[in-house]
Amino acid sequence: MCVAIPGEIIAVDPGGTAEVDFGGVRRSISLALVPDAGPGDFVIVHAGFALHRVDPAEARETRALFRELLDDDPAD
Amino acid sequence: MTTPQIDPAPRLLERVQAYRGPPTAVMEVCGTHTVAIARLGLRSLLPPGVRFLSGPGCPVCVTPVDVFDAALFLVRECGVVLATYGDAVRVPGSDGTLAEARARGADVRVVYSALDALAVARSEPDREVVFLALGFETTSPTVAATLLAAREARVDNFSVLSAHKALLPAMDALVQDPDVGIDGFLCPGHASMVLGTRGYRPLADEHDIPCVVAGFEPAEVLAGLALLLDQRLAGEARVENAYPRAVAPDGNPAARAVLERVFQRVDSRWRGLGLLPASGYDLRPAFASLDARRRFLEGVSFDGREPPGCRCADVLRGVLEPDGCALFGKQCTPENPVGACMVSSEGACGARHRYREA
Ligand code: SF4
Repeated sequence: MCVAIPGEIIAVDPGGTAEVDFGGVRRSISLALVPDAGPGDFVIVHAGFALHRVDPAEARETRALFRELLDDDPAD
Repeated sequence: MTTPQIDPAPRLLERVQAYRGPPTAVMEVCGTHTVAIARLGLRSLLPPGVRFLSGPGCPVCVTPVDVFDAALFLVRECGVVLATYGDAVRVPGSDGTLAEARARGADVRVVYSALDALAVARSEPDREVVFLALGFETTSPTVAATLLAAREARVDNFSVLSAHKALLPAMDALVQDPDVGIDGFLCPGHASMVLGTRGYRPLADEHDIPCVVAGFEPAEVLAGLALLLDQRLAGEARVENAYPRAVAPDGNPAARAVLERVFQRVDSRWRGLGLLPASGYDLRPAFASLDARRRFLEGVSFDGREPPGCRCADVLRGVLEPDGCALFGKQCTPENPVGACMVSSEGACGARHRYREA
C-alpha cells in the first residue's frame, strides 16, 4: 500500500494538478502537499499526491552515504 | 538519477555479515520493509545474534476488527457506496469481509486514492459515498487534502470513515513492552517523508534505541541495517538517515500542516497493541459534515471479534513469528486469509508466506 515512486513534473495547471512522467507513463498528480514543486522537479508520489520533492543535494547525499559505507572496513 | 555506479548490495551484505557485536533484535516498523526483507531472504543471511522483528507498520493489519464491522454496517444497513483500498476489502470483520458483502450485492469499490473516491461521489451525486481511510502519516495527509478539496467543491454526498493511525505512539509503546525487547528500529522510509527524522529523537534519546530511516531497495535496506549495527557496536543510540534522497530532517511540513488542519489526535485502538493514547486521527469537529462516524454511526457500536485462532495480535507486537501460529499455511493462506496479517502482502504472515524462505 505504501508504494511511493518518483516521477518528473512535466507541466502544472493553475489548479495545482501536475502532469508527472513515470518513465514514459504520465499521470495527473496533485501538488497540494508539495506546493513549491514545479516543472523539471522530481517528486515522490503516493496515492495520487506528490509527497516529497527530491532535492539534488539530498540525492548527492545518498551517493556519499554509500561511498562512506563501502569505503571503511567494518572489520577494523 | 541516484543509482550508484556499481551494485553495492553484495558488498553491503558482506559488511553486515561481518558484525560481531551484542545480540540485536531489529524491528522493521514498515510493511514495505517486511516485504523487502522477505524477498531478499535476508533473515537467513543475518550474522549471529541479529534478528528481525516485524513491527506494526502494515496499515490493514493494525486496523482493529470493529472498523471493518463499521464499514460492513455502512454498506449493509445504510446502503452507501463504500470505497477503499484493495487490501481492506479482504480483511475479515466479525461477520465476513467487504468483498463477501459485495458478492451479495453491496456496493463496494476498490480505489487507488481518496481522490478517486471523491471522484466517484462527484459523478454519482445521488449516492452517499464513504471512503474507508486507513494508514499512517504517508497516507493521512492525502486524505486530509482530499477532504479540503471536497469541502471547497461543496460535495455533500462524500464522507470519510477514518481509521488513520500515528506511528510514533505505537513505536513508543513497543519499546516499553518488556515482552518485545527491541534493540533498534529500522524506521519507515515513506512515513518519514512526512514526519522527518526528528520525530524519532525521543526514542533514541530517552529509550536508548538506535533509529535508522531506510529506503526499500535491497541496497538501501542493507545500508540502514549496516548503520544500525555500527551503532550497536559503538554502544550508541542515535537517529540516522539512510534514505536522504526521500527523507529530509524536517520531513514535509506542508503535509503535516494539512494533516493537522483536518484531523485531531485521539486515543485509538490497534490490533495487537490495544488502546494507545493520542495514536489515532479523527476528523476535527469543523469537518463533521464529512465525517462518516458522525453522519451514520452515532450511537452504534460493534463487537470487533477477532477470527478464532488468529494470533495476529502477537505477530504484530513481534512476540510471535508468523509460522508460530497454528493456522499459518494451513487454514490461513494468502488465497484464504483468516486474519488481517495474511491479507496484505505487507503483513508479516502474508510476506512470510509469499516468500517462504527455503
Ligand atoms: S497465520 Fe493467519 S491466522 Fe495466524 S496469525 Fe497470521 S493471519 Fe492470523
